[in-house]
Amino acid sequence: MAEKPKLAFYWCAACGGCDEAVLDLEEKLLDVVSSADIVFWPVALDFKRRDLAAMADASILAAFVSGAIRTTEQQEMVRLLRSKSQLVFAFGSCSHLGGVPGLANLWTRDTIFQTVYTENASTPNPDGTLPQLITVEDGRELTLPRFYDTVQTLDQVVDVDYYLPGCPPTPKILLAAVNQLLSGQLPERGAVLAPDHALCEDCPRRDSHPDHLALDQFKRPQDVLIDEGTCLLAQGILCLGPATRSGCEAQCIKGNMPCTGCFGPTSRVRDFGGKALSAIASVAAAKEEAAILQAFENVPDPIGAFYRYSLPSSLLRRRRLQESGQLEAAHSPTG
Amino acid sequence: MAELQQRRISIDPVTRLEGHGKIEIFLDDKGNVDHAYFQVPELRGFEKFCEGRLAEDMPQITSRICGVCPTAHHMAAVKALDSLYQVEPPPAAKMIREAVYSAFVAEDHILHFYFLGGPDFIVGPSAPAAERNVLGVIVKVGLKVGQQVISARRKLRELSAVVGGKAVHPVFGLPGGVAKALKHEEQAQFAQVARETLDFAAFTLETFEKLVLENSDYVNLIRSEAFTHRTYYMGMVDENNQVNFYDGSIRVVSPDGREFAKFHPKEYLDYIAEHVEPWTYVKFCHLKPVGWKGFKEGANGGIYSVGPLARLNASKRMATPLAQQAREKFFATLGSKPVHHTLATHWARIVELLYAAERLQQLSSDPQIADPAVRTLPTQIPREGIGIVEAPRGTLIHHYQTNEKGVIQKANLIVATQNNAARIAMSVEKTAQTYVRNGEISDDILNMVEMALRAYDPCLGCATHAQPGCVPLLIRTRDPLGNIVAVLYRDTDGHVRRNPDLPLG
Repeated sequence: MAEKPKLAFYWCAACGGCDEAVLDLEEKLLDVVSSADIVFWPVALDFKRRDLAAMADASILAAFVSGAIRTTEQQEMVRLLRSKSQLVFAFGSCSHLGGVPGLANLWTRDTIFQTVYTENASTPNPDGTLPQLITVEDGRELTLPRFYDTVQTLDQVVDVDYYLPGCPPTPKILLAAVNQLLSGQLPERGAVLAPDHALCEDCPRRDSHPDHLALDQFKRPQDVLIDEGTCLLAQGILCLGPATRSGCEAQCIKGNMPCTGCFGPTSRVRDFGGKALSAIASVAAAKEEAAILQAFENVPDPIGAFYRYSLPSSLLRRRRLQESGQLEAAHSPTG
Repeated sequence: MAELQQRRISIDPVTRLEGHGKIEIFLDDKGNVDHAYFQVPELRGFEKFCEGRLAEDMPQITSRICGVCPTAHHMAAVKALDSLYQVEPPPAAKMIREAVYSAFVAEDHILHFYFLGGPDFIVGPSAPAAERNVLGVIVKVGLKVGQQVISARRKLRELSAVVGGKAVHPVFGLPGGVAKALKHEEQAQFAQVARETLDFAAFTLETFEKLVLENSDYVNLIRSEAFTHRTYYMGMVDENNQVNFYDGSIRVVSPDGREFAKFHPKEYLDYIAEHVEPWTYVKFCHLKPVGWKGFKEGANGGIYSVGPLARLNASKRMATPLAQQAREKFFATLGSKPVHHTLATHWARIVELLYAAERLQQLSSDPQIADPAVRTLPTQIPREGIGIVEAPRGTLIHHYQTNEKGVIQKANLIVATQNNAARIAMSVEKTAQTYVRNGEISDDILNMVEMALRAYDPCLGCATHAQPGCVPLLIRTRDPLGNIVAVLYRDTDGHVRRNPDLPLG
């Protein structure tokens, strides 16, 4: 009998939600493990880094990597996985676009450091103890990975063959990708494995979306009773459905809350937040500056609204380091 | 597997838990353990990048701290928003929240017992590494039972999705309520799943009793000194001192079981403080009135733990009949209260699974849960809000300060695994000292060390939502009593100095 193809799952700066999506394959996970061997998956299996390092190069058919990259350890692990794997899949918003942890690119390592270790309300730390790269206690040397100023997407660190969007990707998206992989029917390298059109086209509330929307003001969801049948944008609630790639099964809409953009852009868009901002701006009625400011008064956090999952992959990428006196190159892999 | 390099063993990464962790064990000349460290080598940075975000986005942004327990962060955040806007959700909204939360706790406890920690008992601590996992569990208990596990988990997660849109990172929580009401057919689905979950919980308890309690090797292991620490315990209780996951006061008992404190969530800063060590990114919570005395157990050390075992120890009873019955057997069998045996946490988790299922059944059979009124619109100017829930892994605190537009100015998040971090570090060291002898190292010996860790079901992603900076080198030298006698510090420019400002304690 021929040896089964090998798969690996790994997480970097992630929350484990993508691993839960694997578990959410439920019974179908048993089908997957009957046709492939999972040789590395820290959340569920007892294989260690050393076991991975001992494998032959390209001996793994595909590695699914979730999470953004922000420490030396994560960088080493994805390079190791790249060399051991024929294909690498960016699995979920964080490895695809930077994800929610990518919002840390609004700050520097040092400002974050002050917040957490010296100014924090429950952390009395008058001596200013900080985590160190190397600590030696009585001759015992302990090391921690270095922490970069800048959160990076997976393809900013290693070559990526395919992308699975979503926070997390749905089990359906994952299963379709695994089936394409195992049957040798993957599309052209570099593809995002999800429908290439906007969520609005598949939205269960599509029929109530007016042809021409002209909003005087956006509303915050806690300030209005949200109708369960009507297009959220038509109700004045900021919904990113017009700019976001479909494939999520409109889960948030079914929860009676707006789309926040976790599936990212379609293939025709370079910068998701820019596209989302432009789509939303086009439904505002106002043409004069004062009226425009009034319309967007309830959108006081545009980065959180439009770049929540995609700041590291955007044209902005991060807040300029020079402004805070940091000279470290923001875009270098060691930055 | 271990990497032995000059009297040093690394377990990297620790597996079958959420997030990144490693264990470093240092051996002496005879090959016995000199010292063992549990390190958390990852961070993200939520407390900082929550600043500038909208308060109402916190339930969805902070759920990304952890995809295993997103509903816990979502709920702590939503309760903090109620407090921030001083708004009381309608009764149906509270019931929907607690029903979803009960379903989530049940599902998460099932995940731990069958997928994460349980394989050590069900398949066996010394089974080959390749079999010590959920697939090995299915081989051991049979495909039929395996399918029951999968089905129970799936149905509970479907309940979260019915209300919250998604099971991973739900979207239903708003200040003053939930985004949509529960329809009658959905209520019927909740009631049906509650019944099935209760059956499954009872089956799980039977399985645990048969596989673990009837095996004297396991019982001796649970009772052994290697897996025992006499610490304080913390958990949320209702007005009758019964375990409650969703709401109540925080109760702390001392190592001898007496009530040490009972406080309102708003008073948490008077009772909880965090200590920073240079060799890990996680901060160590301790009882503020006792203070940080190092990694020392007993009433004079300020270390406490949270989670299933701690909740049973910190409460007086369970609020539902079957869980109460299981709880009585738990304490009668283990002989004392509090129970200090870390591995008993697995049993306590199943007692709680019963409670979660019974509570889900109570809520889903109450007609009021389907009342269409589920929103109270906020009218107050926001300023500050604190929300606490019991996450499956223990007490979880969200604390926000905002400007008058509800934009976050400061966020403080204390998660279950931070509360447990000091006791976890002690557990890793004690089991390493017990099992690693005379330089003998094997996979199953090292797995015993990981078992101590897994009992807590630690969530290291949660524990390191924070994110630090770094300076290159710190050297601390201690006298035989553990006091630090010298500190050498190398600055970023390579300049080495003795720094009197650095911590000596």
